[in-house]
Parts: sequence; structure tokens; C-alpha cells
Amino acid sequence: MTATRTRRLAPLGRPELYTSYRQDMALLNTRSKMLGALGVLVVAALMPLMVSDNLLLILASGLVLAIGAIGLNLVTGYAGQVSLGHAFFVGVGAYTAAAMAGDPDGRYLGLGIDFMPLWLLGAGLVAALCGAVVAPLATRLRGLYLAIVTLGLVFIGQYFFFEWDELTGGSQVGRDAAKPVLLGIEFTADYGFKGGWTEEQKLYWLFLAVLVIAALVARNIARSRVGRAFSAIRDRDVAAGVMGVNLTRYKIIAFTISSFYAGIAGALMFSASGHFTPESFNLLLSVQFIAIVLIGGVATISGTIMGAMLIALLPRIASELPAFVPFLSTSASEHPNIFDFEQIMYGVLIVAFLLFEPRGLFGIWHRVRTYWKSYPFSY
Amino acid sequence: MTAPATPAPEPATATTTTPGGPAPVLAFDDVHLSFGAVKAVNGVSFEVREDELFAVIGPNGAGKTSIFNVLSGVYRPQRGSVVLEGQPILGMRPPAIARLGVARTFQNIELFANLTVLDNLMLGRHQHLRYGTLAAMLWWGRARNEELRHRRKVEEIVDFLELEQWRKMPVGLLPYGVQKRVELGRALAMEPRLLLLDEPVAGMNLEETEDMARYILDIRDELRIPMIMVEHDMGLVMDVADRVLVVDFGTPVATGTPAEVQRNPDVIRAYLGGEANPGIDEDVRAAVRAVEDAADPGAGGGGGATT
Repeated sequence: MTATRTRRLAPLGRPELYTSYRQDMALLNTRSKMLGALGVLVVAALMPLMVSDNLLLILASGLVLAIGAIGLNLVTGYAGQVSLGHAFFVGVGAYTAAAMAGDPDGRYLGLGIDFMPLWLLGAGLVAALCGAVVAPLATRLRGLYLAIVTLGLVFIGQYFFFEWDELTGGSQVGRDAAKPVLLGIEFTADYGFKGGWTEEQKLYWLFLAVLVIAALVARNIARSRVGRAFSAIRDRDVAAGVMGVNLTRYKIIAFTISSFYAGIAGALMFSASGHFTPESFNLLLSVQFIAIVLIGGVATISGTIMGAMLIALLPRIASELPAFVPFLSTSASEHPNIFDFEQIMYGVLIVAFLLFEPRGLFGIWHRVRTYWKSYPFSY
Repeated sequence: MTAPATPAPEPATATTTTPGGPAPVLAFDDVHLSFGAVKAVNGVSFEVREDELFAVIGPNGAGKTSIFNVLSGVYRPQRGSVVLEGQPILGMRPPAIARLGVARTFQNIELFANLTVLDNLMLGRHQHLRYGTLAAMLWWGRARNEELRHRRKVEEIVDFLELEQWRKMPVGLLPYGVQKRVELGRALAMEPRLLLLDEPVAGMNLEETEDMARYILDIRDELRIPMIMVEHDMGLVMDVADRVLVVDFGTPVATGTPAEVQRNPDVIRAYLGGEANPGIDEDVRAAVRAVEDAADPGAGGGGGATT
């Protein structure tokens, strides 16, 4: 074994030949996974040079959604604790970031911390703290009951966000979001950097970088003893206890990590628009995250990213549709219009995936992969 | 009761003669557990010694699984004491008892169905892995080294139980007999001081049963792990167990070597019904005697007596 340790990949033509456990346990343990991941990363990184800023903004919002949805997938997909309260943690993150980065002399609460990593981390940590406080509920409740209780969280959060004017600006008024500035680069300004990248391009790259880190960390959690403990709790909690898994502890860890991701997503979610109101953190946002997890694939990280991109692109897809479907109108006053279509697609996608491909987009991808693996044979 | 009448065994293995010397691995003393008016375990006492395969048998609802649930901390009895290697474990939570080295399999398979065989076995090693959540996020240094080291240990079990071909399959997709084996492997991965087997061959065909019997004997003789086994397959119990405890309605009926309990009139009554239905009893006894005589005239109460 020691002799082959230096080899990182199987020899060409022998993709399944592993000569060490280290090789076998690597994140990208085959050549095709390695090349595939590299390819996706390169295409994703070059996207800002290829598509319009309009579309780029949508993709960027998809990246942020993916960060939040990965968090939800950790607690709901991996640990099996259904949470409808994700929007609350996103809100906590958004307001923490806004307050930390906000102008100290401004109308609303602000600490004037310009250093982006600091307020990003702060948003994650404060949200994680809220998650840790709420988590003990999950040790008493499960399934539907937990879903209902976490649903209550959204309404409690809404109350606070609406009433605490000093922090949030109040209903329908709102406040400015945290401005991402790092090493003199203003991500939300069109100019001020050599080469003149636009705001959309810079934000996209920023979100992509954060997402890549977030996804890697999530994958590592998933394949570690922590992730295994999560899955054990989801599949059979009694047996998990007998294996020595401390259920309370791991449920709290799951909620804490999940909320951390939600907080990070919240801090970045409104960077592009620059302004947000308390209305944003309603039940619909929670449902959106649930939809991403279901459509993308429960307990997969790559699936979650695919799901987030699809959900983010849905309005755009709908608006492109009238060119192909003549009876669809672009005006909101006529029916059927693209907005109707978008709403319906939302529901249809969730139902269709649950019925026909419970493993989500990841399941489809998996099937395609296995098909080509054995091509030209069908088994 | 459900067991086919396998040919009567040799009077159980030579190791049956129990050494009086060393302290028992487990002492289960006068335990009472009731749910409302139902007395699930009513004053059961037994000891398990080093290298011993101890079987608990009894009719359906006799309280065998309840005894296991007391042992692994799932139920809390009202009275009694349970001492594992000198340490009282009564009142401890399941993870704490698991940490002390009590591993178990379940009557109805309780594997983590969506995880692979390897992941299930690695979960057995959960308490041996020490790195924390932050190390897990980075998968660097300590976390990776520990995972690698324990993967090697898990592979030893894969080898021991001949699970190589299923390593990366989700266990939910495996055949029943293999799932039972994976569950045994998961318990072994915990490096237990005491192994509890709840009906290890329930629902298995003859071939699978014989495989499992071989693994159980290997565990006792090679790995030297003391075991408590609950089983309805009397042929298996009489073949492999060193000592047997018979319970009925939560109450202990008899303890002894397989040959002893088979001859015990109370045991026969517990299994075949006593005074309640003397007519049928006599018929069954006559039938059993006939089978016994045909199968093994010399053994004087072979495996058939308990069917």
C-alpha cells in the first residue's frame, strides 16, 4: 500500500482500480469525476464573459440560493429534520450583515464594519446561534410536528422584523443591504476596478467563490462521522442511539450548521438590489428552499446547486416562452400569462419530481451517468 | 416454536462446562420491568461469562427482547441491577452503554437503509472516531487520518463476514440474509465487550442460517466476544449455545446447558402449554416422543422436544 500511495488516480483504462483507501475515499475518486468537476468549475468561472449581465444577475441569485439550500439540505436532507423555518435564519443573517456593515451615523442600527469577511462570518454565526437555540425543539418533536413548529418560527420572525424598526426599517420601508467591499474592490459598483468589470460580473464571481467553499465544506461534513451520524438519525434514530450517536447533540449540530449557511445566504441575497424589506422573509421563501432541495435531490450537494439554478432561472424561462407558445401572454392583465405559468411550473415541478424522480435532478444526472458508463450496453 | 425439527444435536459443545473462576462479563440481577399492569420482565437473573454464548429463549411475548432493551438502555426497569464488567449500567442512556462496549443487532433489521455497507459499518465505529465537527468540515489532517485508519478496521470486518462484493451498495437494496450479516458487522465494528444478537437467523432459509451459525461460532472462538442471543430456531440454539435461559411471561423458567433445559419439565410446559389443555398436551407430547425416538434414540430429549 505504501508503494502506491503517491498515485493519486487510477491508471488510464482502469477507472475502478484503487490501490489505497485514500484514493478510494477521495472526494473526486475517478478521473471522470475529476475532469467533470474541473470542467464545470471552468465554465462557471468563465460565465460572466459569455452571457449578458441580465442573465448573469439571475445566475448570481441562483448561486446565493444554492448556498442557503445546501444548509437546508444538511438539516432536512441529511439529518431528516424537516424545517420550514429556513427563511427566518436567512432573515437573521441579512439583518446581522446589514447592521454590522451599516453606517453608524445612519438612520438604522449600524456598526460600520466594512471588512466583508467579518460581517459575512458574523451573519453566519448569529444565525447559527439562533439555530442552536431553536434546535432543542427537534429533540422533542419529529416529522410533521417539527415542520409545524418551525413554521411558527417564520411568523415569530416576521413579527420581530416588522416591529423592530430601528434594525429593519419597518414594513414596506426596509433598509440598505450590506455592501460587499473587499481589498478595495467594490463589488456593487460598476467602475473603480481596472478593466472595468460590471457589478453583475463581480458579484457573480464573489458568490461563486463563496458557493464553492460552502459546497466543499458541506461535502466534507457529509462524508465525515458527523454526516454519517446525520444520516443515521434520519434513517433509524433508535439504532443510531445504540451505535453511540448522541441524538440531541447531532440534531443541534445539524440545525446550527444549517442556520449558518442560511445566514451567509441572507447576508449576500440582497447585495445586488441593495435594499430589502422585512416582507422578504416570509413562508414563501422557506417553501422556495424546500422546493430547491426536493427538485435538486435530497441529501446531495451537487443536486442542490442544480435545483437552485433551475428555480432561479424559472422566471426567465417563463418569460422566454411566449416566443414558442403563442397563446401565452407577457402582460399580467391577460390570462394565461407567463406569471401564471411560472407559478404553475413551481407546483408541477415539485409534484412531478416527488412522483417520478424522488432523487431529483441529481437522480436524473445519476441515471445519465450510469447509462454512459456501460454504453453501448444497456446494463 | 417456529423451528423445524433439525436432527438432535450432540450434547452441546465441550466448553459448556462453565469455569467458576473469573468474574462474569455481565451480571443481570433480579430485574423487574413493567408497562402498566403488564410485567414484561419479572425477576430475571443471569450471568454471562468470558467467551460464552448465552442464549435466551421463550415463547412469543416472553420478554426476551425486553431484556435486550433493558441491556442496551432503551427501557428503564423499575427494579434490579445490571452490571457490566463491574460497572452498573442501569439508568444509562443508550449511547453511554454503547460506549462501554455493548453492541446489538435487532430482531427487525435496523440498518441505515440509504447508506452503503461501508457507511453502516463506519457508523458502528462512530464512538471510536474522535475528531470534531470543525475538523470534519476541513477533512484535513486528523479527520482524514482517522477515517483512513478506521476504514482499515472496517475492511477487516468486511473480510471476516465476506461482504466484499456489497461494500458500496446501499443496504436497503441488499437481500435479507446479507442485511442481517451487515447488521452483525455493524455491531462487530463497535469492538464490543458484549454482543447482543436479537434473532440473528429469523426469517432465513437453511443455507443463510448455517452461514450465520458459522459466523456466530467464529465470533466466539476467534474474536472471543461473549454473546447473548435471543432466537426461536431451537435447532440453532441447541447446537451453538453454551448455556440457555428460558423465560415465559417475563419470568425465568430455567437456566442451564441446552441438554439440561431440554429435559426440564417446566420448560416443556412453557413451550407446549401446561394444565390449561391437558388433552392436547398429551397428544403433542406423544408426538414429540415419537419424533425424538425416530431421530435420536440415545439423546433423551433432543432438539425436537422444544418444537
